[in-house]
Amino acid sequence: MGHGTTQQHDVIIIGGGGAGLRAAIAIAQENPSFSVACVSKVYPMRSHTVTAEGGAAASIKPNDSLEDHIYDTISGADWLADQDAVEYFVNEAPAEMIQLEHWGCPWSREPDGSVAVRPFGGMKIERTWFAADKTGFHMLHSLFQTTLKYGNIVRYDEHFATKLLLDDNGNCRGCAAIELRTGSTRAILGKSVIICTGGAGKAFPFTTNGSIKTGDGMAMAYRAGVALKDMEFIQYHPTGLPGTGILITEASRGEGGILVNKDGHRFLQDYDLGEALDVSDPRHPQKRAMELGPRDKLSQCFIKERDAGRTIETKDGHVMHLDLRHLGEAKIDKKIPFVRELARNYAGIDPVHQPIPVRPVVHYVMGGIDTDTDAATNIPGLYAAGECACVSINGANRLGSNSLTELLVFGAQAGRHAARFAMDHPDYDVSALEAQAADEGARVRRTYFDASRKGERIVTLRTELHDAMEDGAGIYRDADSLQAACATVTDLRERYRNVTLDDHTNSFNTELTAALELGSLLEVAEAMANSGLKRTESRGSHQRTDHPERNDDDFLAHSMAFRQEGGAPPRIDYKPVTITKWPPGARTYGAGSGLKKPAGETT
Amino acid sequence: MPAQDTMTLEIFRYHPETDSEPRFQSFEVPYNEDWVVLDAMNWIKDHVDGSLTHRWSCRMGVCGSCGMMVNGEPKLTCAAFLKDYYPFSIKVEPLVNFAVERDLVVSLDGFMEKLQAVKPYIVRDDVNDTSGGEYMQTPAQLAQYKQYSMCINCMLCYAACPVAGHEDEFLGPAALALGHRYNKDSRDQGQSERLDVMLMGEAIWGCTFVGECTEVCPKHVDPAGAIQQAKAGAAQEYFKRFVAPKGAGA
Repeated sequence: MGHGTTQQHDVIIIGGGGAGLRAAIAIAQENPSFSVACVSKVYPMRSHTVTAEGGAAASIKPNDSLEDHIYDTISGADWLADQDAVEYFVNEAPAEMIQLEHWGCPWSREPDGSVAVRPFGGMKIERTWFAADKTGFHMLHSLFQTTLKYGNIVRYDEHFATKLLLDDNGNCRGCAAIELRTGSTRAILGKSVIICTGGAGKAFPFTTNGSIKTGDGMAMAYRAGVALKDMEFIQYHPTGLPGTGILITEASRGEGGILVNKDGHRFLQDYDLGEALDVSDPRHPQKRAMELGPRDKLSQCFIKERDAGRTIETKDGHVMHLDLRHLGEAKIDKKIPFVRELARNYAGIDPVHQPIPVRPVVHYVMGGIDTDTDAATNIPGLYAAGECACVSINGANRLGSNSLTELLVFGAQAGRHAARFAMDHPDYDVSALEAQAADEGARVRRTYFDASRKGERIVTLRTELHDAMEDGAGIYRDADSLQAACATVTDLRERYRNVTLDDHTNSFNTELTAALELGSLLEVAEAMANSGLKRTESRGSHQRTDHPERNDDDFLAHSMAFRQEGGAPPRIDYKPVTITKWPPGARTYGAGSGLKKPAGETT
Repeated sequence: MPAQDTMTLEIFRYHPETDSEPRFQSFEVPYNEDWVVLDAMNWIKDHVDGSLTHRWSCRMGVCGSCGMMVNGEPKLTCAAFLKDYYPFSIKVEPLVNFAVERDLVVSLDGFMEKLQAVKPYIVRDDVNDTSGGEYMQTPAQLAQYKQYSMCINCMLCYAACPVAGHEDEFLGPAALALGHRYNKDSRDQGQSERLDVMLMGEAIWGCTFVGECTEVCPKHVDPAGAIQQAKAGAAQEYFKRFVAPKGAGA
């Protein structure tokens, strides 16, 4: 693992998923003289955006309105979203989605050729654009292929960034990254930096997330002094396949699928989520009700139903049934063919003839790197977008189909603002940054390639982390469970200092990257558990059995976890939520829900 | 209790720093009927030999990372179930027709260049102007190219192709199918630019229509069909340019 060559560009993007690629195009297009580096630990088309299935929200149809999208998002977030950010997001969404359409995304269409939309959970009006049920796949490949048009986007595929590099003035000027092919650490320098590295679902054992979702960017920013915001808010998607955690998209319910318990009963009607209309009723599926309730509530209902003994026991734990049979083969094959493929391959079930066993599964981290509506962090020149960031439009519970749109809106926004910063702050000292990168390469080598170490294997520590997070910071938590998770994670961080690898070689050392990823997860998990412990209320996805009510007096605020040196747990501060026009209200689903209008509005 | 059932994986190993040539190594793994070959590889890496090197991410057949030769056939290892091989041993090798970086990891450099060469993006002047709303595209127009857009770049088709391994000029099944995907997209106006690339040397003409690419595609893309259609289009264009050179874009 030698000292790699230094590379210089104008803007450095870490992460090549949807947000990173959208940022790269924004910069390349608007600043043709700029050189943009896209640094990814995989090839961009492998990024986890690829697995998103159901769709991306933007209000364009005559029966919809921007105000409805805003209200659905804010109420879905249990009022923890910043309303200025939500307004910006919703207003920008249609143009961003049309832009992606122009770049070739194969959106499903109406007979007249316009883009088709479908309903998703927590929406008053259907507004989810979709490409059958491989929306994320098509969005990612459309973006990636479009980047190939721009000669000024330079890719660093399979480069694992380990550290942000800051100049003497505290401006972020690039990263140190391990080139996997050679194992050398190189300085990749620029005038500004954008982190787009995705979420951290791999802190949990049972997740829809791919192996690469390890919170590396969150941890890098956290180590550099940026707060991780609202990390206690972890989204469980209600419908994952037992055993593997493979996602069965919410679109299956948007198209009319129903959830039943072991008695075949649509149990959601017993939890204030509305009336169970017959599947043949033309009003089914009813929006903002029943199976189209929000993800947090549906996942919580499953746990209550399980505790009441009404779920189905399998070798992979308790499940409910997602029944699509009434949709018929033709509709399933046209609208949700991937659901059928996944259920057949991984559950041995053909949903045309049998209900699919499903259970809640960790899906998305609402929290992340603290950013403002410019996608800027508190470190000058450092920006973040996508799941790794928390701007926050998702608050305490993200609405399905807002995250894909968020990649576009805030990816582009981060690109524009990072480019502007680069133009305004062009000068930095290369040699000082090179020295930092060289030190970082030496640190990695010294830490992980020490042949005298007799510590534990990666899998031992990772398994204990998984157990601690599932037991302590799952769908329902309390002070005791969170305290235990905090203590375990702190202990694991200490033991991690002595983690021992089999492989001390340079070329394509994926045991080294797995160790670095575990390091990221431990930092991020510590922020999750500690933020959860301090928030003594229940809101959205954060349900405290010892504090079951929402408490706006004390907690209408974002938690801000600041990393402490010396292995101490993070300091948790609070920052007020930005409320513009939508004062906190009761969060209701079912009949008549979603009709609440902002104060002073009459339409 | 009976001893736990096991299976044997024979895995190709090659480390550029220490091996002058590849070797095979046997590993015994627990047999679990829900496991795919990738799960067994990850179990080995976690518990037995951390130096085993392979790519993977989504474990649901859509990221395209984990293609390998399984008993001589190109497969996504996240979709190759142990139970389909039980109780016999399974031989795992890197995808053929690619240079090996280490163990099961192959170089994608050549493919990335070929993909870029076919201009896999919408070409038209107003592509960045969103003021007029979406381009209209009927479901029938979408159906013209949709299946070719399903390629996950997993490289199984290159491993199956009898030409891709020895004809460097040949763009290969996935890149040609993706070029064809944009040619068939009603929103695109770049067909002529793409044909400039496809008409060169063996870029498309190398294909011998064996059809193995279509056979192995895990996403049911039909690259062989795409190449056949593209060849017909390219032949027409070739003729047009030959008889009317002033229309040539090259």
